[in-house]
Amino acid sequence: MKNFAELIKTLDSSNKTSVKVDALTNYFLKASDEDKVWTIAILSHRRPPRPVNTTLLRLWANELANIPLWLFEESYHIVGDLAETIALVIPTTKEHSDKSLTEFLQEIIALKKKTDSEKKEYLQTNWLNLNYYERFVFTKLITGSFRIGLSQKLMTRALSKAENIDEDTLAYKLMGDWNPNTITFQELILDERNSDYLSKPYPFYLAYPIEGEPESLGNPEDWSAEHKWDGIRSQTIIRDNEIYVWSRGEELVTDKYPEFQSFIGNIPDGTVIDGEILPFIDNQIGAFNDLQTRIGRKNVSASVLKNTPVIIKAYDLLEWQGNDIRNLPYEKRRTLLEELFTTLIGKEIPLQLSERFTFSTWEDVINERMKSREMKSEGLMLKRKDSPYLVGRKKGDWWKWKIEPLTIDAVLTYAMRGHGRRSNLFTDYTFALWQENENNERELVTFAKAYSGLTDAEFRMVDDFIKKNTLERFGPVRSVTPKLVFEIGFEGIALSKRHKSGVATRFPRILRWRHDKKIEDANSIEDLKNMIS
Amino acid sequence: MNQPLLQFNDKGIYCQQADVYLDPWRPVKNAIITHGHSDHARWGHQNYITHYSNIPIIKHRLGEINVSGKNWNETFTINGVKFSFHPAGHIIGSAQIRVEYKGEIWVFTGDYKTEDDGISVPYEVVKCHSFITECTFGLPAFKWEPQADVMTEINNWWAENHAEGKTSVLFGYSLGKAQRLLKYLDPSIGQIYTHGAIENMTNIVRSMIDLPPTIRVTSETKKEDLLGNIVIAPPSAHGSTWIRKMTPFVTGTASGWMAFRGARRRRAVDRGFVLSDHCDWTGLLESIKATGAEKVICTHGYSDIFSRYLRELGYDARTANTQYEGETNDVNNDEL
Repeated sequence: MKNFAELIKTLDSSNKTSVKVDALTNYFLKASDEDKVWTIAILSHRRPPRPVNTTLLRLWANELANIPLWLFEESYHIVGDLAETIALVIPTTKEHSDKSLTEFLQEIIALKKKTDSEKKEYLQTNWLNLNYYERFVFTKLITGSFRIGLSQKLMTRALSKAENIDEDTLAYKLMGDWNPNTITFQELILDERNSDYLSKPYPFYLAYPIEGEPESLGNPEDWSAEHKWDGIRSQTIIRDNEIYVWSRGEELVTDKYPEFQSFIGNIPDGTVIDGEILPFIDNQIGAFNDLQTRIGRKNVSASVLKNTPVIIKAYDLLEWQGNDIRNLPYEKRRTLLEELFTTLIGKEIPLQLSERFTFSTWEDVINERMKSREMKSEGLMLKRKDSPYLVGRKKGDWWKWKIEPLTIDAVLTYAMRGHGRRSNLFTDYTFALWQENENNERELVTFAKAYSGLTDAEFRMVDDFIKKNTLERFGPVRSVTPKLVFEIGFEGIALSKRHKSGVATRFPRILRWRHDKKIEDANSIEDLKNMIS
Repeated sequence: MNQPLLQFNDKGIYCQQADVYLDPWRPVKNAIITHGHSDHARWGHQNYITHYSNIPIIKHRLGEINVSGKNWNETFTINGVKFSFHPAGHIIGSAQIRVEYKGEIWVFTGDYKTEDDGISVPYEVVKCHSFITECTFGLPAFKWEPQADVMTEINNWWAENHAEGKTSVLFGYSLGKAQRLLKYLDPSIGQIYTHGAIENMTNIVRSMIDLPPTIRVTSETKKEDLLGNIVIAPPSAHGSTWIRKMTPFVTGTASGWMAFRGARRRRAVDRGFVLSDHCDWTGLLESIKATGAEKVICTHGYSDIFSRYLRELGYDARTANTQYEGETNDVNNDEL
């Protein structure tokens, strides 16, 4: 555990990629095989299920800290991270612990089945046996993921350096549904195996946003274009008469979409399709917001299935007739995909082809992009015809070209302290727009929250304003004198019963601070509703 | 005569009976000053009274002022009110102000810390009825490690950077923190360079305490000279062109805020060292208890939270708004 805590500390305290990768490589070179498996698991968000709820965690930590619970809560609001708060308020003792990371994780797994008093005893003993940073890491293993700015890609790179195995091969091995508690390092990393590859997805290829105008991409003839769909990126695997659906977050989501079971028998075994899961209501592509009812649910009820049916828009073929065809040129893969679709004509399955559109000049592409909102897409995808299907986010062959966001000028009305690196600043804001109430008076109605888009210097200025213009405090939230106006950008918009304003926006973020506008100049809910096409 | 002996108004902490202000933030006639930091010793007062050791510091900051110096524990009386300075342990010269009138005793801490840092005169408990305390770090999340441990950590960091041929840049406020760091850096690792602002302040402090030799970074300093050595710079130098010339370098900050992971990341420094010139949670609670005060007024810091906790402990505690900069967890405005 000492080494792992030291590793996390190093990863957490550097902003430099090279330092992080080096630290992790050195760690992998020294760590035991079982600790390596657990480290990979944790850094790729494969945490054991939480054995204790956070209410009890707070209570038991607080008992050791010997402070009133409200004071613990206030500290938590300011620190911004539960595990960090627990580690900070509990006193450090002279005790120490030599248990390994694996031992701790096995204990944490076993803890789930214990009684509350056993859990309490276990946690309190260990908290007191660890130093501050180990205590933080130990608690984090229980509460949530480490936000240390280390992507799966960098982790894979470090492992690749330490084990001398090709990065892409490793990325493939690390995907899918493996259990760190039962798999060995030998099995996970070193062994060549085929049998359990049945459910394994391929790493997703991700596009970069286009820089500047599409002319920079050269000859239009070398490119293929289609609309960019705003749903859940997915990979659908049909192998051995089974279907596996993966989301981009490497989550197996097959059970959430029972309608895709109908692919079996219609699509031949040994097929892997890259595509987008989209809500498809009354034969029309819906808004991303409609998918919310499908994402969070473990059990999909009949009414949800009926009210929010989904489809997959297929855009690429990664495996065909049992062969990995990612190295074939895109054009060839697309042809195979389109051929597959000709065999599906007349079959009632929720699978559609993401159509490519023809163009001869970049001008045509620009015109097509302007139809995006009408097409219910969020812009275009440009793919080089001769490109293979790569791993991860790589520049050059795939570009996304999103449409400009919708914008509206709104008033800052509430603020909350940020989390993590912004825990000492008010950086989470709520924005309001004007609306007329029943007495024909204009009032501000909350419509969106946003917490990104300003520079650090601007955040400090707004933070200063909030501290000096607080009207009321509600726990961590402050209401603020309505004075500052910001331009808010968002990707999509839909009517919503769950929102006070009656409207839900997608990806709201701050575009800029409108120093030039007074609150009277801000937009109204009416203006917002008029944007719904 | 029900007026409290000390009141908070828009200019500062006011003693009506003596017609003087303690650490006022607007220009006044008579000002009694706790220490030399810019949020406590401000510009524009007609008469300044402070501890002797603050005079050169304040003059360096504010130019020629009309100032009279006092010794520790020396009582001076203004219109029947007895005043005296007592060590606050915050930085060199930092004092608490004791105010007594007709048997009623108030103490204003200014900024203070309970740990003996070896350069400030150590904090002294002053018994009183009413205690006006700062609470910059008035949360149970703040608990300091002993200075010796933190300095070992800093010297180890420097030695590592030295071994890698990199320049260490360590940020600390130019009055107080910078000298505290200097004092305990291990000169066997390399040479100690300073930013001009820190060199100027350090030269003033040198007349009062022993500090290791330092070299001012000037336009003639070559970055090769700096490699492996350490540069002490004010937090405002972070990200400046001045510092970029020193590549390859690693940055560190010594501040109480570094206890929070978020604070360190937000400042984008490579290493954070938790070292503060203010009391931690335990230090605040212990010193309040030791004063025997029944009434506590919390000024800058997490004052709402801290005073609520004090009330639960049975104190008559409240907060007062001041313009001392407790909560500026900011790159350019470190804990003063």
